Amino acid sequence: MTFVAKPRTHHPKLPRNDLGLTRRDYEGAVSTLCAGCGHDSVSAAIIQACHELSIPAHRVAKLSGIGCSSKTPTYFLGKSHGFNSVHGRMPSVATGANMANRELYYIGISGDGDTASIGLGQFAHIVRRRINMTYVVDNNGTYGLTKGQFSATNDKGSTSKKGAPNLYEPIDLAMMAIQIGATFVARSFSGDKAQLVPLLKAALKHEGFAFLDVISPCVAFNNHNGSTKSYEYVRSHTETMAVADLIPIRDEIRVDYAPGTVEDVAMPDGSTLRLHKLHRDYDPRDRVGAMDTLMRRAEVGEIATGLLYLDDDPSDCHEILNTVNAPLATLGEAELCPGSERLEAINAAFR
Amino acid sequence: MTALMKPTDIQNPDYFHKVVDCQWACPAHTPVPEYIRLISQERYTEAYMVNWDSNVFPGILGRTCDRPCEPACRRVRTEEKPVAICRLKRVAADHKGDIRDYLPRIPTQKNGKKIALIGAGPASLAVARDLMPMGYEVHLFERDAKAGGMMRSQIPAFRLPMDVLEEEVNLILDMGVVCHFGAEITSMQAILDQGFDAVFVGTGAPRGRDLDLPGRAEADPFIHLGIDWLASVAFGHTEKIEGKVVVLGGGNTAMDCCRTSRRLGAESVQVVVRSAFEVMKASEWEKEEAIAEGIPIINNRPPKSFVVEDGKLKGMVFECVEPVKQDDGRLKYVPTGEPDVFVECDHVLIAIGQDNHCPWIERDLGIEFDRWDCPVLDKETLQSGNPKIFFGGDAAFGPENIIWASAHAHKAAISIHLFCQGMDVKADRPPEGVNLISQKMGMHEWSYDSEHDPAPRYHVPHADLAHSLANVKIEVELGFDRHLGAKEAQRCLNCDVQTVFTEKLCIECDACVDICPMDCITFTDNADEPDLRQMLMAPADNLAQDLYVSDTLADTGRVMVKDEDVCLHCGLCAERCPTGAWDMQKSVINIPQVHA
Repeated sequence: MTFVAKPRTHHPKLPRNDLGLTRRDYEGAVSTLCAGCGHDSVSAAIIQACHELSIPAHRVAKLSGIGCSSKTPTYFLGKSHGFNSVHGRMPSVATGANMANRELYYIGISGDGDTASIGLGQFAHIVRRRINMTYVVDNNGTYGLTKGQFSATNDKGSTSKKGAPNLYEPIDLAMMAIQIGATFVARSFSGDKAQLVPLLKAALKHEGFAFLDVISPCVAFNNHNGSTKSYEYVRSHTETMAVADLIPIRDEIRVDYAPGTVEDVAMPDGSTLRLHKLHRDYDPRDRVGAMDTLMRRAEVGEIATGLLYLDDDPSDCHEILNTVNAPLATLGEAELCPGSERLEAINAAFR
Repeated sequence: MTALMKPTDIQNPDYFHKVVDCQWACPAHTPVPEYIRLISQERYTEAYMVNWDSNVFPGILGRTCDRPCEPACRRVRTEEKPVAICRLKRVAADHKGDIRDYLPRIPTQKNGKKIALIGAGPASLAVARDLMPMGYEVHLFERDAKAGGMMRSQIPAFRLPMDVLEEEVNLILDMGVVCHFGAEITSMQAILDQGFDAVFVGTGAPRGRDLDLPGRAEADPFIHLGIDWLASVAFGHTEKIEGKVVVLGGGNTAMDCCRTSRRLGAESVQVVVRSAFEVMKASEWEKEEAIAEGIPIINNRPPKSFVVEDGKLKGMVFECVEPVKQDDGRLKYVPTGEPDVFVECDHVLIAIGQDNHCPWIERDLGIEFDRWDCPVLDKETLQSGNPKIFFGGDAAFGPENIIWASAHAHKAAISIHLFCQGMDVKADRPPEGVNLISQKMGMHEWSYDSEHDPAPRYHVPHADLAHSLANVKIEVELGFDRHLGAKEAQRCLNCDVQTVFTEKLCIECDACVDICPMDCITFTDNADEPDLRQMLMAPADNLAQDLYVSDTLADTGRVMVKDEDVCLHCGLCAERCPTGAWDMQKSVINIPQVHA
């Protein structure tokens, strides 16, 4: 952490987006995390993605649980709504908020402890329900806030800072998400913003449950030689399967890639999602194939990153439940309460 | 195949020196941030000595310097107005304590070498300051009765009080300089005949330019050359000027002439300039002061003639022109077609420039002169064609200002010393150097005040206008008091505390990139410089500012590139770096002087 506040002065040539805002306008309070924490880079990537998409900050709700990761919503989008919930219970709050107002962007920030341990049940069910949100896990494989115990995503055989090996199998959250119904699943790395920012932009524009498992090294407790979630290990053991670029409506689409490697997907708002298949045999629309690849890579200690799975015709919870288009929060008593006569009729039907 | 950028050599003294824009722009390379920090700590005496060491006349320069440092100040690029560097220099001088213990000891046993300094202006005085501690016997020759040169004769007392001038001049004379004052120097040969081991010429640019126009001869009793008139005011020969006064010229001398006239009782004063307001040579603040004193400045009016009736000056005729920008960006003045204007006046002060003038130097001594009567010199050593004779100040390359005189003096003193010790004035010069000293004191603790203060530039208090116009000796600017000085000092960005990067410690976590408020830092694939400048977090379009490029990083093969242009030196990169790959290190640039 630092005690010196980041000066408000910015580069005179910092680009402004469609709202006339610079990237700096999307910042939050100064981070109190350890210097070099990957989570701060994820926050910076979210700031950049929201700026590039010209998202008005007041149309975003940030939700989190407990942990280092869950502190980070304070450090980005200082002018957005936020809810820091109970440990592992961010999905419940997100579900409720999304039910009440379907028109906001929801960004859930969680960690491997908050999602894969105490919150695993909540996580599984928000995926099943396909809440329209961007769910980010800052995954460092360790409980940093309690000084470095193994978390549930820590790879078997990976060691603690003092050399003790982890004895248990890891949970692959991306794999789980694909299996139980997420319509957008990606894995990325806090140290690779060139990959992470486009994925975040695509996730924010995805009209369904978008899940990002971001490996985000803990410099204090899990960045040593025996770790499989250190900056060095991740850099030398990743392979990108596919990436996605969001091309805004106004930009002309030009094809300059080898045929068969690029595919354009039309987005509901008129923009285009351009898929680049970086790996010859990988199809991010093949759900079973995606899980197969993830398992095979994990077997050999490799990390598959990039866009892992995409359902390009997603459905979300509101569609499943067939709710009205207007946000429920905007409906008045007249619309929400059909009246005692109608209640009588319903009750009568059960007699 | 393009040429990738090579890793920056930070051992080269020029690299970090250039980052300290003010110091780089200062001819004497005064370590500005260093003395500003001392002012923040209320260590005025030390702040004064840092200045005295490098520019010799802190109290005088703190009031009169041309301030090349201020337009260079990084603050101009990050915000708008530069740090008031010059006024802070004055703060150090005004509030200093007893400096006697800090002054160099003058050896009583001399080294046997005799040096003559011609002209007792800033250049010669600074050479004396440098040579006296080395044991030289220094003789100072001056036509006026007192030392100071143009600082005494041309700068009015309302800008530079006499006691400030005398204090700093006497500091040098009291080192034991042998003074020969009050006699015109008429022959260089005569000086050489006295057996000096070396001679330094610091006689300035003593001849004011005249204006050869119709009516000039008839109007002569009512026409005065600016610098000569200012000198006669300074020495008390002229105490008033009556009637309407026109000042010709757009430089600082013109501003001094008009403001002095205003104080000596002129009925009206106006400045008429042949060129446009924006291109006038006078410093911005001198123009502002003149205007604030109610003196009109009339631009784009080249003079045509003096009108004399019955032996009395009636006025001047001016042409009307307007500036037109040429393709090469230069201004050309074309007549507007309006009729010529007649400006009524009783006196004209001509302040349109000054020239070098050395009729007293015989032309057979081996010194070559160019067509402006400037001696041909070696720019680095200031040695003339006669190896015994050195030049500095305005006498060297034409009219400049006091800070250049100090800069020349340090170089000339080194040359004189080497020459007298039988060494090579070029090959044996001491080199520049740089020391880097970490400023880290502990966790989140730096030995400098790293926090950025966004305050706008503070205004300096002025004497009451009516009061100061009543007396030519009342100083107009009152200077910052301790409180305002401390606040202005906080605006300094500490550009000499450098961001130093160590490749082998970097784990490429991006923490520095994310925290940098000015988007100075980028990790990217290497490229050639023009491409690289466009590949950064923010484009590096200011080509005058260097890119700091690291060696290739082991993990990714990328390089770290830092654009020095708008760095606030806030230290957040080092603060957020988990491995100490970034450190804040003070660069101390060693500018050679004789005694160093």
